[in-house]
Amino acid sequence: MADTKYNFKDFKSDQEIRWCPGCGDIAILMSVQKAMAALDYDKEDYAVISGIGCSSRFPYYMNTYGFHGIHGRAGVLASGVKTANPKLSVWQITGDGDGLAIGGNHFIHEIRRNIDLNIVLFNNQIYGLTKGQYSPTSLFGQVTKSSPYGTIEQPFHPGELVIGARGKFFARSIDNKVADTTEILIQADKHKGASVVEILQNCVIYNNGAHNAITSKETRDDNQIWLKHGEPMIFGKEKNKGLILDGLNLKVVTIGENGISKDDILVHDAHQELPYIHLALINMAVADGFPVAFGIIRSVEAPSYEVLLEEQIKDVQSRSKIKNVDDLLLSGNTWTVD
Amino acid sequence: MDKKIIEVDQVVIKFAGDSGDGMQLTGTQFSNTSALIGDDVSTFPDYPAEIRAPQGTVGGVSGFQLNFGKKVNTPGDFPDVLVAMNPAALKANVGWVKDGATIIIDTDSFTDKNFVKAGCDAEKLKEIYNDYNVIEAPITSLTKESLKDTELDAKSKTRSKNMFALGMVYCIFDRPLEHSIKFLENKFAKKIEIAEANIKVLKDGFNYAVTIHAMPSFRVHSSTIEKGVYRNINGNTATSWGLLAAAEKANLPFFLGSYPITPASEILVEIEKRRDLGAKAFQAEDEIGGIMTSIGAAFAGHLAATSTSGPGLALKSEALGLAVITELPLVVVNVQRGGPSTGLPTKTEQSDLFQALFGRNGESPVPVIAASTPSNCFNYAFEAARIALEHMTPVLLLTDGFIANGTEPWKIPSMKDMPEIKTQFIGKDEKEYLPYLRDKNMVRKWAVPGMKGFEHRVGGLEKMEVTGNVSYIPENHEAMSIERDEKVKLIVNDIPELKVEGNKDADVLVVGWGSTYGHLTTAVREMNGAGTKVAHAHFNYINPLPKNTAEVLSNYKEIIVFELNLGQFAKYLRMMHPTNHYEYYDKVQGLPLTVKEIKTKVNQILEQL
Repeated sequence: MADTKYNFKDFKSDQEIRWCPGCGDIAILMSVQKAMAALDYDKEDYAVISGIGCSSRFPYYMNTYGFHGIHGRAGVLASGVKTANPKLSVWQITGDGDGLAIGGNHFIHEIRRNIDLNIVLFNNQIYGLTKGQYSPTSLFGQVTKSSPYGTIEQPFHPGELVIGARGKFFARSIDNKVADTTEILIQADKHKGASVVEILQNCVIYNNGAHNAITSKETRDDNQIWLKHGEPMIFGKEKNKGLILDGLNLKVVTIGENGISKDDILVHDAHQELPYIHLALINMAVADGFPVAFGIIRSVEAPSYEVLLEEQIKDVQSRSKIKNVDDLLLSGNTWTVD
Repeated sequence: MDKKIIEVDQVVIKFAGDSGDGMQLTGTQFSNTSALIGDDVSTFPDYPAEIRAPQGTVGGVSGFQLNFGKKVNTPGDFPDVLVAMNPAALKANVGWVKDGATIIIDTDSFTDKNFVKAGCDAEKLKEIYNDYNVIEAPITSLTKESLKDTELDAKSKTRSKNMFALGMVYCIFDRPLEHSIKFLENKFAKKIEIAEANIKVLKDGFNYAVTIHAMPSFRVHSSTIEKGVYRNINGNTATSWGLLAAAEKANLPFFLGSYPITPASEILVEIEKRRDLGAKAFQAEDEIGGIMTSIGAAFAGHLAATSTSGPGLALKSEALGLAVITELPLVVVNVQRGGPSTGLPTKTEQSDLFQALFGRNGESPVPVIAASTPSNCFNYAFEAARIALEHMTPVLLLTDGFIANGTEPWKIPSMKDMPEIKTQFIGKDEKEYLPYLRDKNMVRKWAVPGMKGFEHRVGGLEKMEVTGNVSYIPENHEAMSIERDEKVKLIVNDIPELKVEGNKDADVLVVGWGSTYGHLTTAVREMNGAGTKVAHAHFNYINPLPKNTAEVLSNYKEIIVFELNLGQFAKYLRMMHPTNHYEYYDKVQGLPLTVKEIKTKVNQILEQL
């Protein structure tokens, strides 16, 4: 337990922030600092680990232990830190290029292993630091510097990858919703295992307004649904829209129409092991007539890698005759020359 | 029948058969028994890359060569005795045995069908009867006969034939059977019928050799070895244990991040077993994951290492640069194999030297050291870790397939005799932590997550001197580049001087590095014994080179550099010490040097002097 209470300012480093004015990263930085201040760790027990990209400059702006790694490798760097010292609260800061393109392999494997990491994925659907090439989450047909005639690649949905890698925790938020993001990050840390938080982040320079259909003032109430475990899936300006299961598919309905009452609306169960409904929620898109799901979509308990490893070490140590290196060197077949 | 007993100091035996014939086990058993009765032993397993290569073909031949007796430093150039379980094994090896060697063949497998599979002419192969002492033994049918009263299925019976061959060779060299009997009892403790069958076949093989008067035809002089407790060890196990020993000595937890790759996988496998010592082994999803998790563990305050072979080192290059610029302690073990690309995965080579020295972007100096025998992999792994921790730098340790898989008896050291290792942790009571403040050796201090008050950031971007903040200042980048380089150069004060073996007033110096030690020292010792003046200097420290290197090299008229590549170390010496003339002797066949070819080369140079 911490012997000091922190203010989020305690987590600010003395380095000048070099993100572009208006960049979504700045709000995310504040959300992380607020989450850390609210959590129970001592400041020296936080480690912030990143790869390469705009988002990956993050550790320099945090007054914690931090490691700015190489492109795509934040996941394995963070995995090493956490496996070595499970007492630490380890935060992996990554983006859609760093985490899902060059680091895609590490991303699926850290999730599969279920290492207790807080993986914060900034999704701006573009490469910012290299000045505007398309990323693995750029939309099909999107025109960028490296796709002058539109991309001919289908994008990843990060949450779908998480489910595909048998992930146990997935949440989604928006950069400028600091209070919501902070709360989600706190829950992500409390979840033991790999927690992925996708944050829709706006790149003001190379992909400004990419998330406008979801985030703009005019449309946001109808195009966002904020899920809470145990509560019905209701959204809309009038709070009269909801989701039901129609056969195997989700369907948007209006409460009070066609005999639909509040009791018919699906109740969110983030803890259910079977991922099918979580997957359906993750894949909802405005273009298909659905709101985009936010909040903690999936949170299922499972043993984490570093805990299993420590347990295995204790178990083997309790049974083995080899207690130190001298014992090891003398184990097995030896003979004495007199 | 009178038997002539041959008195010798050393005997070389090669067991050869299909890759499923159990030749590795047979060879290991003979080596262990010989070591137990006090012989020096050196072994060389030589097997195909395929797990079960096509049966009966030359490509599928698996061999195990061993040399035992007195003053043994190599597995021997050419076998005195060859055991060939089929025509392919004979065809693959007959060109490499000594003149007049004894060849034991399993006549049951010398069928027309197997001659075709081996792609050889039965008549032509029979010519060996003129040149060699061939012992024909129907090993397969005698094994079946030996087990006719057991319940085992036909396949299991045939599988025991390697024990028949082992029994015969034990008889020829007058070795006791107890050690192998004990081994079989332990190995098949839960399948007692298999243990009993193998033991029966082993004894029957021994007795068969007595019956046909194949028995003791050699008397091998035993070694006079130092008192102590001994064991057999191969280079990969020794490397693993050396790293664990360093962690214990430095009072640090140990972490290995790795990915399976031939011929380095055994290091990962060994560390995975060592949960009992609290070691954490992490089998990553790829080579990059192997080194990056290790860098993460180093950042978190562990002694961290990663193990690989050439292609894996190529994948780790960028991450190794990250360890260079962040100045974190890390050991990278490269068990070299034939390259480039996939090359010859199961064969040995020393061709990653340039990759180790120079294979990274930017000015990226890394200390490089090389082990030279299976057992001293322990010492050089320990040494790599010591240098990494005391100088806050990644260190590259080079071994290769030859010493990684080869075994020799090893006098077990005691941990109390191992050198101390001083870690560079910042004192808990220090008021301030400046991550890139350097001491007189240019070494920075180490603060790790969990230490209160020393929170700081490291990373791959260039850092300001002292503070470690990101800096793009041109002069600072140059200063930091020089400081990192200087730090590695200063390690020269912390490593032993180069030693010269052999003739004191020789004009010719044989130079080698790494795993060629055994062959070079044997060649030079034998030449000295025959009155030839030649000396030998062997390098274990490659970067930096020992302080007295220039002085040693300047004492000779001719320097011949022997290595298993196209002259990489010779070129490196020419770059570092350009005033000497270097003669090259290069071999890139996936095979170790032979003592014979070393002598031939030295004599050729001596004649020209």
